[in-house]
Amino acid sequence: MSGFAIDPCEQCEELLQPFLDRDLSDEERALAEKHLDGCAYCRKRYRFEAQLRRFVRQAATEPMSPELKTKLAELRTPLI
Amino acid sequence: MGETAPETEARRLAEDARDRVRFEEEALELADQVYRVARRMVSSREEAEDLMQETYARAFRSWRSFQPGTNLRAWLLRILTNLNIDRGRRVQRAPDTQPLEEGDYFLYNKLEESTQAPNPDEERVIERLSQDDAVSALSAVPHDFRDAIVLVDIGDFSYNDAAQILDIPVGTVMSRLHRGRRILKRELAERAIVDGGDAT
Repeated sequence: MSGFAIDPCEQCEELLQPFLDRDLSDEERALAEKHLDGCAYCRKRYRFEAQLRRFVRQAATEPMSPELKTKLAELRTPLI
Repeated sequence: MGETAPETEARRLAEDARDRVRFEEEALELADQVYRVARRMVSSREEAEDLMQETYARAFRSWRSFQPGTNLRAWLLRILTNLNIDRGRRVQRAPDTQPLEEGDYFLYNKLEESTQAPNPDEERVIERLSQDDAVSALSAVPHDFRDAIVLVDIGDFSYNDAAQILDIPVGTVMSRLHRGRRILKRELAERAIVDGGDAT
């Protein structure tokens, strides 16, 4: 089986989400890394989640227009 | 010989002006990053641009309430989030009640099915999605969940910063992220199905 069927590791999601978001203590991170080392299922899930986040982030990023940049700069308090 | 009262006052005004100019420059340097988040919190570019101008106008007016040394980007986004709510721009939807029993891997399995190669790696699987799929799927996520995703995934904020910006507990940020990402994946999977696996 190459895909994901029934989740055999559901409890790990609580650890994986903050791990992906880099929001764990050193101790928790070590625990997550140890689990990923030994669990092929979660490793695959982690790689997919990380790639997906990167993809969404890139796809959803739209640069600010130069016109808006100028308008914001014009909001500055005039120097007397 | 000490300074006269007018000299002291002139010095104070000059220092005040210098601090204000510095604040405004620092805030403007962050505008690209603030816009990146603002753009995905509202549905159109026009709305995002209006919101940015209102945010910066307010920030420049109330610059004294910013505490130097704290996170200016988070402070600006707190203003932006409040303005977005205050102005009633958010079309409030009923909470998302659609079941998510299909699990977290529905999207992966769906994309993998449409990939020709056997046992494709994760990168190949993601390539089945288009940029338009990502943008429209994100905008289909209800606001409360989307705001958390946008702040953490696009704005790179910590759970703590996101909690302060949204004025909710950290645990709520985490649960909104969890549910929001599931909704996002469901929306992406629906688009992948509509595209018939032909996304490029």
